[in-house]
Amino acid sequence: MKFGIVVFPGSNCDHDAYHVAKHVAGQEAVFLWHKSTDLEGVDAIILPGGFSYGDYLRAGAIARFSPIMKEVVRFARSGGPVLGICNGFQILLEAGLLPGALLRNESLNFVCKYVHIRVENTDSIFTRSLFKGQILRIPVAHGEGNYYADEKTIQDLEKKNLVVFRYSTDAGEITHACNPNGSVNNIAGITHPTLNVLGMMPHPERCAEDVLGSRDGLGIFQSLIRWYRSSAANAAKEEECLEI
Amino acid sequence: MPVFTARIIVTLRSSILDPEGAAIEHALHELAFSACTDVRVGKYVTMNVEAESEENARIIVDQACRKLLANQVMEDFTFTLEKAHHEPA
Repeated sequence: MKFGIVVFPGSNCDHDAYHVAKHVAGQEAVFLWHKSTDLEGVDAIILPGGFSYGDYLRAGAIARFSPIMKEVVRFARSGGPVLGICNGFQILLEAGLLPGALLRNESLNFVCKYVHIRVENTDSIFTRSLFKGQILRIPVAHGEGNYYADEKTIQDLEKKNLVVFRYSTDAGEITHACNPNGSVNNIAGITHPTLNVLGMMPHPERCAEDVLGSRDGLGIFQSLIRWYRSSAANAAKEEECLEI
Repeated sequence: MPVFTARIIVTLRSSILDPEGAAIEHALHELAFSACTDVRVGKYVTMNVEAESEENARIIVDQACRKLLANQVMEDFTFTLEKAHHEPA
C-alpha cells in the first residue's frame, strides 16, 4: 500500500506520519508537495499536523487553497481514504470535506499532553481494526481543537454515528474534566457518511511504537492497510470473474 | 480605475462563546471598568480594491470575505468602503 503525506509550508508532523507508514507499518510512503497536482498513484492521503502557512488568518484557511487540495478533494470524493490529523483536520473542515469548525481551546491554552479517547465508530476505514468502546491513549497538541458545529449538524453527526472518537477517562467515561479543549459532546474525531474521510485532533502518528510510550495510534494505520488488502482482494476477484 | 479602501471586521458569531473576549472582560472588571460588558475579540483587515464603482468593489469584498477572510461556520463579517486616499502608482 502506498501512503501520500502532503507537505505544506509549516507542516511539522509530516515526517512522523511518513515514519509510521514506512518504517513501523512497513508500507510504501511518499511526500506530496502542496504545489504539486500529482498524487503519484497513492492509495491513501494523510494531511499531517503542524502550522500550515503559520496558521495565518485561521488554522487551515490558506492551506485549503493549495494546488494539491483540489486533487485531494477529488480523491476523497471518489472514495479514496483521506486522514487529517490536527492541522490536517482543520484543513479538511476549511475545505468542506467535513462539517463544522475548530475554535480556540476553551481554556485559551495550547494543550500538549496524553489524553484518552473512546472509539465510537468502527465502520470507518480508519477504525476497522479497533473495537467499539476501545480506549486509546494518545497525545494531543493544539491551540484550536475545540470542535464546533451548529446544533443541527451535531444532531446529524450523532444520529448517523459519524463521531469516531470522543475524549474520555481511561475507563471510557465521557466527562467535562477529560475534555482538553471544550469540544461539543467531547468530539475528538469525525468521519464523512462515505466513511473514507477522517478528521481527528489527537496524533496517532506520535504513538505507534512502544518506545514512545504508547502504540495505540498504530491501529489506525493497520485499519487502512486492512481496508487496502480487502479492496485489493476484491478487485482481483472482480478481474478473475471478468476473465472467466 | 478608482481604488477603494475596505475595512473589514471579522468576529465570532454571537451564538459562539468567545473565551478571549470573556477573559478580557474579566480583566476590565478587575480594573474597575465594570461598565464594560459583552467584550468580543475579532480580526481587522484592510485592503485596497480596484473597481469601476463602489458597488463593484462591494461585490468583490463580499466575495473575498465569504470565500477566504471569514469562515461562516463560526464567524460573521462586516465592512466599510471609502475612496482610497492614495491611489497605487
